[in-house]
Amino acid sequence: MDLRLERVSHAYGSVRVLDDVSLAVPNGRIVCVVGPSGCGKSTLLRLMGGLERPLGGRVLQVGEPPAESLNPLTFIFQDFALLPWRTVAGNVALVLEDHRLGAGERERIIADVLARTRLTDFADAFPRQLSGGMKQRVGIARALSVRPAVMLMDEPLSALDSQTRELLLDDLVSLWLRTPFTAVYVTHNLEEAVRLGHQVVVLSGRPGRVRALVDIAVPLAERQPGDAVLEAHRRQLWQLLRDEASAVDRELLDA
Amino acid sequence: MPDASPDRAAGARPVPFRGGGFKPRPTGYAGPLAFVLLLALLELGARAGVISPLTMPAPSAVLQTLAELWTSGRLLDHLVPSLARLAVGATLGALAGIAVGLAIGLFSLARAGLVPLVAALFPIPKIALLPLFVIWFGIGEGSKYALIAFGTFTPMVVATYGGVDAVDRALIRMGQSFDLAWWSIVTKIILPGALPAILSGLRVASAIAIILLVAAEMLAAEHGVGAYVLEAGSLYDLERLFAGVTLLSLMGVVVNALIGRAERVLLRWRG
Ligand SMILES: Nc1ncnc2c1ncn2[C@@H]1O[C@H](COP(=O)(O)OP(=O)(O)OP(=O)(O)O)[C@@H](O)[C@H]1O
Ligand SMILES: [Mg+2]
Repeated sequence: MDLRLERVSHAYGSVRVLDDVSLAVPNGRIVCVVGPSGCGKSTLLRLMGGLERPLGGRVLQVGEPPAESLNPLTFIFQDFALLPWRTVAGNVALVLEDHRLGAGERERIIADVLARTRLTDFADAFPRQLSGGMKQRVGIARALSVRPAVMLMDEPLSALDSQTRELLLDDLVSLWLRTPFTAVYVTHNLEEAVRLGHQVVVLSGRPGRVRALVDIAVPLAERQPGDAVLEAHRRQLWQLLRDEASAVDRELLDA
Repeated sequence: MPDASPDRAAGARPVPFRGGGFKPRPTGYAGPLAFVLLLALLELGARAGVISPLTMPAPSAVLQTLAELWTSGRLLDHLVPSLARLAVGATLGALAGIAVGLAIGLFSLARAGLVPLVAALFPIPKIALLPLFVIWFGIGEGSKYALIAFGTFTPMVVATYGGVDAVDRALIRMGQSFDLAWWSIVTKIILPGALPAILSGLRVASAIAIILLVAAEMLAAEHGVGAYVLEAGSLYDLERLFAGVTLLSLMGVVVNALIGRAERVLLRWRG
């Protein structure tokens, strides 16, 4: 299943947040979205996930999601959004309980996703007992358990320290290599964008418009930290973003 | 350059400690100790003749009255009806209060319609309405249940919708993003999230319930701790009065302990 945005605009009251954004998220690829603070990245993701309705334009899903997908458009949240009163396994179970699955099937899915995110030993732990990185792995496990067609990730690693972030980034890459998933990945971190993205969308300052689309041809498996091509892409993105960010600053001064 | 004895270096001293506090620690002995101290003081005063039995009975005399009450079997005659009234009235009131509070928390229409109403009901001294309840529900158990239920209802409404309002909206969005059914969001996200507030509302409500229990029993009851206290009071029998008051305060302590236990079990996740 692909996701397509056609001339999407959005506003909160008189604040225009997104303006004429058209995008395609092809099946099996990761599209990263970068842009200055407050340019509407999170809003874009909420529109894609059906949590909000765009004021203008359309958000389309192209083709049917795979039959086994329980929740085609699935979020991974920056603040993890785990229920503190449920254990790790309970948090994953939460999103399966409303589906017609036998108890055995449910247990099997939970065991499988916890194994894939290396959380098996923590199945009975409560969120407060986990480190930030582990909490986000629970978020990832929960998302995987519903077999999403598209994963919508809003700065999933930005609440974590840089070492943990590096490790989880590796986790995401290896998850993708094993079974390629489709994802929209919002981030402030350009390293993450060039490590994960098949395409990077650069948004302008508010109202967010598509400023540039940068395709990164290096296959995910071959992307090493310090790779020259990736570094060139990162520089290019930084150049684009710096112009935008300083434009935002000037705007604030004028106001 | 590292000094061999840094403490003795000119002007070196430990950074003054400013943390700590603001975090209740369980100090198991302090509560009972305060009780024992007060009782010992009263007992000594009574024995020494400083405190006349006409102004304040000796704790030992009160204890003896309680013991007599127990051996004569009249303790249960009073305690059982009181506890039954408390249980029925408070349960009805708390359940209704939680339901209405939940409705206010979930539906804008209920909020707009009911919040002013609850605000108007809250400050009414419920005891003043007892005659009304007697007319509506009869002089028997019905009016007592109604009074206690009404008294617990309003604080539970306020506590519950406050708790619902405080539930992290991000968790609700999360539930929606996974296509959870409305009912699942209410029972698995909103109610557990509001539970801490509901339980602390229950503490307040249970204290109010005990106060109203006594009021109801004073007006119209043959049996019950309230009736016992009223009778003792009208005879100026201070020993029995204090025996009754002791029972009431014990009821409060036990109910509070039960709620504390419920909190420890239900809110285990808070650690
Ligand atoms: N529910 C809302 N109601 C009103 N204004 C909102 C709402 N959500 C977002 N906004 C505003 O819309 C703009 C874009 O917000 P959004 O969260 O999408 O930006 P963002 O690009 O994700 O920012 P950041 O990089 O800080 O995460 C901001 O100015 C924000 O204040
Ligand atoms: Mg954001």
